[in-house]
Amino acid sequence: MGAILHQISRLPRVIAALALCVGLSIGAKGAAAQSSLITDISSHLISVTSDFTGTELLLFGAIELDSEEVGPGTGDVLVTVRGPERKVVVRRKERVAGIWINTESVEFLKVPSFYAIASSRPVEEIASPEMLQRLRIGPERLRFQPDRLGEASEDFEAALIRRKSQERLYSDQDAAVYFLGNKLFRATIDIPANVPVGDYIAEFYLFKDGELLSATSSPLFIKKSGFGRMIYEVAHEHPAIYGMTAILIALFAGWLASAIFRKE
Amino acid sequence: MTIYLPIAEISVNLFVVLGMGGAIGLLSGMFGVGGGFLMTPLLIFIGIPPAVAVATVTNQITAASVSGVLAHWRRGNVDFKMGFVLLVGGIVGSVIGAWIFALLKSIGQIDLMISLSYVLFLGTIGILMMIESINTMLKSRKGAPKRKKLHQHYWIHGLPFKMRFRKSKLYISALMPLGIGAMVGILSAIMGVGGGFVMVPAMIYLLGMPTSVVIGTSLFQIIFVTANITFLHAVSTQTVDAVLALLLVASSVIGAQVGTRVGSKLRGEQLRVLLAIMVFAVCLKLAFDMVATPADLYSLAEGG
Repeated sequence: MGAILHQISRLPRVIAALALCVGLSIGAKGAAAQSSLITDISSHLISVTSDFTGTELLLFGAIELDSEEVGPGTGDVLVTVRGPERKVVVRRKERVAGIWINTESVEFLKVPSFYAIASSRPVEEIASPEMLQRLRIGPERLRFQPDRLGEASEDFEAALIRRKSQERLYSDQDAAVYFLGNKLFRATIDIPANVPVGDYIAEFYLFKDGELLSATSSPLFIKKSGFGRMIYEVAHEHPAIYGMTAILIALFAGWLASAIFRKE
Repeated sequence: MTIYLPIAEISVNLFVVLGMGGAIGLLSGMFGVGGGFLMTPLLIFIGIPPAVAVATVTNQITAASVSGVLAHWRRGNVDFKMGFVLLVGGIVGSVIGAWIFALLKSIGQIDLMISLSYVLFLGTIGILMMIESINTMLKSRKGAPKRKKLHQHYWIHGLPFKMRFRKSKLYISALMPLGIGAMVGILSAIMGVGGGFVMVPAMIYLLGMPTSVVIGTSLFQIIFVTANITFLHAVSTQTVDAVLALLLVASSVIGAQVGTRVGSKLRGEQLRVLLAIMVFAVCLKLAFDMVATPADLYSLAEGG
């Protein structure tokens, strides 16, 4: 529970940062459309238990359109779910004496362990490339930090996105935000069984004619729970105790087996 | 029905894991081998990360060896003094092996090293088993084998630090069992095996121990060597999956009991040929995976 409270306490900072970002982008337009997005997600806490086979996260909301400012028609909605950032080493195999061996590698910092995006239209039609790049929307615009630059690292970055997509940890769905009327919208994002645990953030962006009108975010916490959680924590925080326990269990199981089958 | 393995961090089908444990247990009961050398590659084939497979199987072998050694102990077939000397070597070897393992894992070569060691050892053992079983079959047709000399002298017997092993009726240099123990310890830590398949022939052919005490003594030292390796892997790489180990222990113990009963009804040479074929199959699959062009040349390793 401590971890969740900690996460929630960090939330205002995230929102403040986003608000600043949004403020900058719409500041030029003059009057800011305040709270023109009302959003939430179906669950703020996902527990990965021993029988977890994945789940669906529902992201939904309503647009409060100020007709004078926005004009007729609905805007474009884009939602993203981002997982905790990690360091990832990408290795490339080469054939050496007939055998495929890892040779070159590039290390990337700040790689989101999970990244899903859904939009009401293809993102390129919603906003300008500069805007998308600035907001880091879409897997190819996440801007990982490689330990070396140049063309070589581009291949590795493409491979990173490709592998993450194959593991269903990165996804990019066009036309996956559905409107109900012109105010309510919903999108579902698949959370696969192999989802990494940690602090997530779900972000909502409202665009109209290529301009960002509003953005909101919701925290999401994915944690291991139950027996599996306990084992994982002990293994990483008290490895010596964990190792000893594993050995004692094995010794006991071996003795038990011999005792049971001896009688037969 | 799937079950989430907390350390391997993947969900696997419960019945696949139990079935595999049971099948390997059955084989180990039938053939009197530990089964680690088949269990580790099979776990890798179903998607368990190789490092987790190795560390977890080591933990499972501790349990299997305890139940095995108790039966041998009751019959007085354990040479504790020899076991202890082998064990000292084994502890040193397993510390070296676990260090190599952690080093290779950090530079991304551990998977290759595991596969390479397996291809090499399974290939060698498969060939030796084939030769032996073919010879036995030929001999049984020709009639009684020639009598071997009771005791032979090699250069080995000139080594210093001689020790007397009463149970094994040996007076040999302690350096031999120490060296063998250390070599097998390194193999155990890197490959996730008990090492019985190397230890047993080494004890018979290199040390000249009587066959009756070989298996019990080997199992005795495997318990402590694998326990030590489990601990080292748990501390240095956090790759011991207790849930997976428990599933494997439960299923393999039952399989082994069935296997012992089945094995006693089948003919020895045919069993050996069967086992040799399986060893070859696993070896070929691993070799093929190393040579075949992978679907994606790039792989990811997460950390921090």
